[in-house]
Order: sequence, then structure tokens, then C-alpha cells
Amino acid sequence: MLSIKNLHASIEGTPILRGINLEVKAGEVHAIMGPNGSGKSTLASVLAGREEYEVTEGEVLFQGKELLELSPEDRAREGVFLAFQYPIEIPGVSTTNFLRTALNQVREYRGLEPLDAVKFLSLMKEKMALVEIDQKLLSRSLNEGFSGGEKKRNEIFQMAMLEPVLSILDETDSGLDIDALRIVSNGVNKLKSENTATIVVTHYQRLLDYIVPDFVHVLYKGRIVKSGTKELALELEEKGYDWIKEEVDSTATV
Amino acid sequence: MSKDNQILEDLNSKEYEHGWSVDFETDEAPIGLNEDIIRWISTKKEEPSWLLDWRLKAFKIWQGMSEPAWANVNYPKMDLQALRYYSAPKQSNKPKNINEVDPELIAIYERLGISLNEQKRLQGIAIDVVLDSVSVATTFKETLGKLGIIFCSFSEAVKEHPDLVQKYLGSVVPMTDNYYAALNAAVFSDGSFCYIPKGVRCPMELSTYFRINAANTGQFERTLIVADDSSYVSYLEGCTAPQRDENQLHAAVVEIYAGAHAEVKYSTVQNWYPGDKEGKGGIYNFVTKRGICAGDHSKISWTQVETGSAVTWKYPSCILKGDHSIGEFYSVAVTNNYQQADTGTKMIHIGKNTKSRIVSKGISAGKSQNSYRGQVQVMKRAHNARNFSQCDSLLMGNQCGAHTFPYIDIANPSAKVEHEATTSKIGEDQIFYCNQRGIATEDAVALIVNGYAKEVLNQLPMEFAVEAQKLLALTLEGSVG
Repeated sequence: MLSIKNLHASIEGTPILRGINLEVKAGEVHAIMGPNGSGKSTLASVLAGREEYEVTEGEVLFQGKELLELSPEDRAREGVFLAFQYPIEIPGVSTTNFLRTALNQVREYRGLEPLDAVKFLSLMKEKMALVEIDQKLLSRSLNEGFSGGEKKRNEIFQMAMLEPVLSILDETDSGLDIDALRIVSNGVNKLKSENTATIVVTHYQRLLDYIVPDFVHVLYKGRIVKSGTKELALELEEKGYDWIKEEVDSTATV
Repeated sequence: MSKDNQILEDLNSKEYEHGWSVDFETDEAPIGLNEDIIRWISTKKEEPSWLLDWRLKAFKIWQGMSEPAWANVNYPKMDLQALRYYSAPKQSNKPKNINEVDPELIAIYERLGISLNEQKRLQGIAIDVVLDSVSVATTFKETLGKLGIIFCSFSEAVKEHPDLVQKYLGSVVPMTDNYYAALNAAVFSDGSFCYIPKGVRCPMELSTYFRINAANTGQFERTLIVADDSSYVSYLEGCTAPQRDENQLHAAVVEIYAGAHAEVKYSTVQNWYPGDKEGKGGIYNFVTKRGICAGDHSKISWTQVETGSAVTWKYPSCILKGDHSIGEFYSVAVTNNYQQADTGTKMIHIGKNTKSRIVSKGISAGKSQNSYRGQVQVMKRAHNARNFSQCDSLLMGNQCGAHTFPYIDIANPSAKVEHEATTSKIGEDQIFYCNQRGIATEDAVALIVNGYAKEVLNQLPMEFAVEAQKLLALTLEGSVG
């Protein structure tokens, strides 16, 4: 489904990603871990098409299409969803209104009729139950005055509504207490299917107790330096990142 | 950055869709401004002598005044002697009702999307249309007449209801008020008049649609709304003008009188031609609008969506004379390219327990300058006066300006006055967030801007709110290619 080959990206001339290779197949969950500043969030942003990052080398195929050639909105319409680490506030625009605009543009791109108000509301009801979100929150201005947990839950609700093929969760666990973490993870798990894939970007192993990955990759200095299964995450939790850093740095200098 | 530029370019490429004009036979005054011209207009309109005297007095006062220079706008002065002060479509017979109006004129309004055919119009809105210097049609007159509501052109009101006109004309905006109000008093040609009798709730929205067609002609209309005790009316105003290279002057006066327990809601969607993207041409919109809450428990509410004009100079205000009276001002002012707007309000608290609320949302794009200027004045005997003001500015790009000039003048220590102000930019992160959910950039801008202006748009009557939303989106987005 997703094939990243030798991806290099920089911001304001500073290289951040230095040759990422990653294959993600339908039905899989991949966790991207790594110390601060290793390029985890950059990878998520580059895949979603954020302008500040310049791709200097490499290619990304998503369902056979050159992802990097597409505008951010077309990537979303093709089925790429990014759950933001810091969701953005849009004053005066309710989540409902926002999602109705988004969903209908996605549908139009896919050659589907726009949903009328009744069908849209019944879809909302169905997805609200899935992520245990309160209707009141959805009629408030998007993310404005939301608590950390509410913002993250709202991201997952948007994901449920837009039914993406590839979901990228960028530090979705940050700022969540244990109950919110459980609810958000349950939502993500319910949305998983054989036809979709998930990339979980996280600093801690904690989230992976709830969203169990098939593969774990460690990012360091803009490269994937180690890949493994969920046991790798446990090992990292126990030993920290230093041993990996040392391993990489010593081979690099010798 | 490149996306930001793209958005800005798209903004600038937006064309004004009402920029056409139509050739028809006109009745025109000679060019220039002097006593003879004023007499010419008054004779043309078959006015009584008291009105001519009133005009001449205003003209004398105006001659002693000079153009105000305090507003934060900069424009080449207009040669007022080079203007024509009266231009009217020639109609062989004076139409007695809408069915007798020249179809050619009706067609102009059809083209603007305004049907004057009562059967075709949405139920619930009566309209008076003013073309250049005269009112050409008023709809639903009979329906309203049954309730004792008078809704007609100003000229007709002078003939049919001289007592009412004489009593209220100039009572809220005196001819001495300012340069343009004095000029208007001297040369005004037409406008709308509305009277709601005691205890009557006007069952439909009343509206005036202003259109400037002729070149080198100023439009000086006058609107007078009188809401007698315990009455209610909601009034709408819309306007457009052809695209012309030279600047045109629109100097209107609106006066509102509200008796005890009366409520008047006045909404404007202003879409005069703003000039081209180099700042050439466009309307100078120098307007005086004021209402007086004369009776206790009365309420006047102004809502304006200002998207057009090259230069705007406009402060719809409320004099809160009656005890417990309420004044409100809700405004969205959008400027783009080289447009300049200096707009706001004055809330003058005279009565006890009077309240006012100001919500102003400025949006600046291109190389435009957008200023909010507002005054809250609490007089000595205005015990327990309350004011809440909120002035927000939204900037798009880095070549425009937003300015706020709040004046607060308190003479009674029991007053409570609050002022909140914010300035923000449409962030690339907001647009990216929308993009990431599948929303195209132009729609993202529309969504963000409409969200920002929501508190004001919510005040508009339904039909107008939809139009205003589209207009905001059009003014700011253009067509993304």
C-alpha cells in the first residue's frame, strides 16, 4: 500500500530525513519510535504534504500513485489521514460544519454524491458512539478551548468519519491520561481493517499496549536504524534509546 | 510561503461581477454645484418650498465647512464641481405601481438577481429600488398599507406624508453634522421612507436596493425610518455599481427614530465597485448613519457587511436617549487590493440603564488598509450604562494593514465599559489542517473567514446571511485555477 524509498527531506536547508525506506501493507500496524529530534514527526508531515519541508530525494508510492506529486488535499482525498500532534483551532467553525465540508469534498473527488443533512447526521451518530465523543463538543468551535484529551478524541472522530486507507497517528498519546488513552486506542482499533493500515508515531511504549503493532521501527538521525516486532518496543522501554544511539554512532564513526 | 502567495494572487484576480452598465435615456441636471442646481433638483421633484429652503440652508452651511481629514484614509480629493447631482432614467409616465415600471429598468434588476415581480419574490421581503438619483419601484406597498405601514420612495413621502417627513427629517442627523451630511441635505435626490405605526410588527423585511448606473454622477440618497412606540421593523440595504475608471461619490444619510419599546434592525450588505486591483476607480462611500432610541426600552441594531467601495467612511451610530434603551453594532468589513475602510460606530449613552454592544470584525488582504474607529460616550446622567466592545482584525498576507481607534469618554462613574481586541492572521497551519482533511485551499479560506465573521453573520436575516457568506468568500477567494 505504502512504499517509501530513500526519502530525504529538509527544512530551511537542514536535512532531517536522510534516506527512509519503509514498506507498509494493508492490514498492518507500524510503530515509528525514536528519541526526540530523530525525525518522527517530520516523516508524518512529509507524507501528509506539509509545505515547510522540502523533499530532496526519494519517492513514495501510495496505492501505486506518486504521493509526493499530489497536493495535500488530494493526498487526503486518496485516503491519507494525519491525526495531528497539536490539532489546530479554527474559531467559529464547528467540527460538524468542518467535517461536512471535508467529507463532501472527499466524496466529490471519489465521484460520489454529497451526503444530505440526514445521512450525514446518522453517519455522525454512528461514529460518535465508536469513539465515545459528546455531541456538544462537535457543535463547538473546532479545537477551541478543548482539553488535550478532547482534541485527540476529536482527531480520531474525524478519522472515523473520513474512513482513510492509511492513518498516521502523530504522538496521539501525548497529553492523554490513561482513560483517554484507552478510549482513543479503542477507537483506532475498531477502525482497523484488512484494507487499511496504520502508522503510529510515538515516543513511548505505553500506547503500543493498546494499539498492538505488527512492526516497530526505530528512527534515529533521520534513518530507520532498527526494525523488529512488538518486543522491540518493550526492549526500548526497558533499556532506553542510548544503546541504539551508541550502536549507530560507533559504526558511523569507525 | 509559495502557497501564501498563491492565495494572495487568487484574491487579486477576483473580478467584480456587477461591473456592467446599461445605456438608457436619462434626465440629467447640468454638471456642477451651486444654488441654481439645488433649485433645479427641487423643481424637478416638484417639492414644497419648505424643503427647498431646507436644502438651501444646508448648502450655505456646507459652503462654510471643509472635508474631514481625520479618517485613516488617503485618496485624491474629488472635484465636487465636476459632478452631476441628478440623473434619472426617463420614464414617459410616472408609474403608479410596479406593473407600470419600464421593463428595461426591471431588467436591470433582474440581471442583478433582484426580481421586482411580487409573485416571483420570496415571500416576506418588500423592496424599494433606487437607480442613480431616483427610486424606480417599491413592491408590496398595498399589503403593507393595510397595516398602516408606509413604505415608499422619499420623494413620494414628501408629497403624501409631508407632516411626518418635516417632523423627522434632519432630527437624527442634523444638516450641520458633518461635511457630507450637509452636502447630502443640500442635494439629496431620493431614497426610502418608512413609517411603522404604534404597536405594529412589520410582517416582512423591508429593503432598499441602491444601484449607481450613470457616469460622473454622485448618489446622494436619504433614508428615513420612523418606528413609532412598540413597533418592530427589520430593514435591509444592498448596493452595487458599474466598473468605471474614475471614482464615484456615494454620500448617503440614514436616520432612524425609535419610539418607546420600539425595535429597529438595520442590515447592510455593501458591495459597491471597489476599484480594480491597481486601485483605479471605485466608489467613495462617505455615509452618515445614525439612529436615536428616543423612547424608553427601545432598541436599534446595526449590522453591516462591507465588502465593496474604494474608500469607506462610515459609522452607524446610536443615541441612547431613552432609559433602558439598547444599541448594537455588528460589523464585518473586508478590504482587498487598494481598498481603504475607516468604519465603526458611536454609542452615546444619555438615558439610565442603557446598554450597547459592539462587535467589529475587520478582514484585510492585498495592500488594503482597514481601520476600526469607535466611540463610547457615557453622559453625566446615564447611570448604570453598560458597553461591551469587541474588535477583531484578521490579516491575510503581509502587505495590508489593520488599525483600531477606540475612544472612550465617561462622565458617569457607575458606567461599565469593556473593550476586547484581537489581531490574527490566517495561519498556514489552519489551511494545512483543512487541506489534510480534503478541503481545497479556497474553500478553507472561505470556511475560516466565515467562522471568524460568524457572530456578525448570525445577526443577518436568513436570505441576506447566505448572500453575505457567498460575497465574503468571493471577495477573498477568487477562482483558484
